[in-house]
Amino acid sequence: MIDFGDLAKSFTIQRRVIWALFLREVLTRYGRHNIGFLWLFLEPMIFTLGITTFWTLTKAVHGSSLPIVPFAITGYSSVLMWRNMPGRLAKAVEPNIGLMHHRNVRLIDIYLARLLLEIGGVTMSFMFLTVFFWGIDWLTLPEDPLQVIGGWLLIIWFGVGLAFTIGSASERSEVFERLWHPATYFIFPLSGAAFIVDALPKTMQMIVLWLPMVHCVEIIREGFFGSAFTAHYNAAYVIVVNAVITLFGLINTLKVSNRIILE
Amino acid sequence: MIEMFNVNKIYQTKKGSNHVLRDLHLRIDQGEKVGILGRNGAGKSTTIRLLSGAELPTSGKIVRNMSVSWPLAFGGAFQGTLTGRDNLRFICRIYGRDISEALDFVQSFAELGAYFDEPVKHYSSGMRARLAFAISLVIEFDCFLIDEIVAVGDSRFHEKCHVELFEKRIDRSFVIVSHDVEYVRRHCDRAYVLRDGAMHGFEDLDAAFRYYIEGVMH
Repeated sequence: MIDFGDLAKSFTIQRRVIWALFLREVLTRYGRHNIGFLWLFLEPMIFTLGITTFWTLTKAVHGSSLPIVPFAITGYSSVLMWRNMPGRLAKAVEPNIGLMHHRNVRLIDIYLARLLLEIGGVTMSFMFLTVFFWGIDWLTLPEDPLQVIGGWLLIIWFGVGLAFTIGSASERSEVFERLWHPATYFIFPLSGAAFIVDALPKTMQMIVLWLPMVHCVEIIREGFFGSAFTAHYNAAYVIVVNAVITLFGLINTLKVSNRIILE
Repeated sequence: MIEMFNVNKIYQTKKGSNHVLRDLHLRIDQGEKVGILGRNGAGKSTTIRLLSGAELPTSGKIVRNMSVSWPLAFGGAFQGTLTGRDNLRFICRIYGRDISEALDFVQSFAELGAYFDEPVKHYSSGMRARLAFAISLVIEFDCFLIDEIVAVGDSRFHEKCHVELFEKRIDRSFVIVSHDVEYVRRHCDRAYVLRDGAMHGFEDLDAAFRYYIEGVMH
C-alpha cells in the first residue's frame, strides 16, 4: 500500500535537495563573479556565426534556399543537448561523494540537479540566440512554435535518457567512459546538426535515421522553416527509444547508487 | 527510534566479496545513549554509515523514526571548492533550516574567522571538524552519531562541544562508536560490541566491557 502522506513528504524533501544541489552546481561551475555563465551563450553563438559566415560564402556554389541562421542555431543547440548532458553525468560520483554522507542526497538527485542546469542553460541559449538574431533581422521566428517546443522536449528527453545510461555505465566500466568521448566525435557529423535528411542520398538517409537526434532536429527545423524543405522523421520511433534508454538508465543508476561506498 | 533487522553489508572488492557486517540486530530509542565498541576494522564506520542512511544495507531492513546526524565532526561531508559559508547554506537547504538563524551560531562556534569565506579545501582538518560540528548542532538532529572520540581543537573548544552536546542536548539520542572503554562508560547507558562483523548487545555496561576486553586479548 502506498502512503500518500509519506510520498508527499519525500517529494518535498527531494525537491529541496535537488534545488540545493542545483544552486551549488551553479556556484561551483560558474562562480560568483566571473563570466563563466556567459559561455553558455557565447559558445553556441560563436558556432552559429562561424557556420553562417561559412555558408553565406559558399551559398553560391550550393544554390541552397535554406535559411542559414536558424539552420545553424537549431543544429548546434540540439548537439549541445545530447552531447553535454551525458558528459555532465559521466563519472559524477567521485567528485560528489562527500555530499552523499547526507542521507537525503542520492546519486539520482545529483544527476537531476546537473541535468536541470544543463537543460536550463542550453534552452536559454537557444531562446536567446533565436531572439537575438531575430532582433537583428537574421532570422524569422518559427512558423510553428508549438512544433519547435515539441521537438525540443523530445531531444531533452533523449538527452536525459542517454545521460542516465552513459552516466551509470561510466561508473561500472572505465573503458566505457573512455570510449564514449571519442564516440561523440563520430556521432556529431551524423547527428543532423549540419545537414537536412532530404539532401542526403536514400541509403544515407536510412542510416542516419537510426539516430534519434536526427529525427528531433528535423522536427524542430520543420517547426522553424518547414515550408522551405521536406522533413523526414518519425516521432513514435524517438519516443520508443527515449522510453527504453530512460528506463534502462534509471535501473542502472539505481544499481550504481546502491553500491556506492563512502569514504 | 532506529531499528536494524537482520542487516548484512557486503562490499565487492577485487579479491572477491567482503562480508563486513553479519545479521545485525540493533535498536536505539529516543533519548538513549548507546555505545558501540569495536576494534579497528570491526565494521564500526560501516555501521555508522548504515545508521545515518548514507549507505544502504546489502540485505535486511533499517527502520528510522528519528532524524539522524551524519558522523559528528566528520569533515568529509563538504564540497571542498565552496567556502564554509556556502557549505553551510547548502546543508541548511538540504535539511530545510533557516540560514540566517544558523549563520551567527556557526560563525561564532566554529571560530574560523576570515576562513569562513575561504574554500573548505584550504582548511586544516581541525577547522573542517569544527565547522562540521557547528553545522550539525544547528540542524538539530534527534540522534547524533559520534564516530570515535570527538577530539576537536583545544581543551576549551572541547569543553564547548561537551556543553552543547552532553548538557544542552541530553534529551537526544547518542550513538557513540569507539574503541575506548572509558569514553563509552562516561557517556552511555548500554553498549554493543562489534566483533568479526557480528553485533553483540548487552544491557549491562560492565558485561559489554568484559566481553570487549576479552575479545581484544584473543
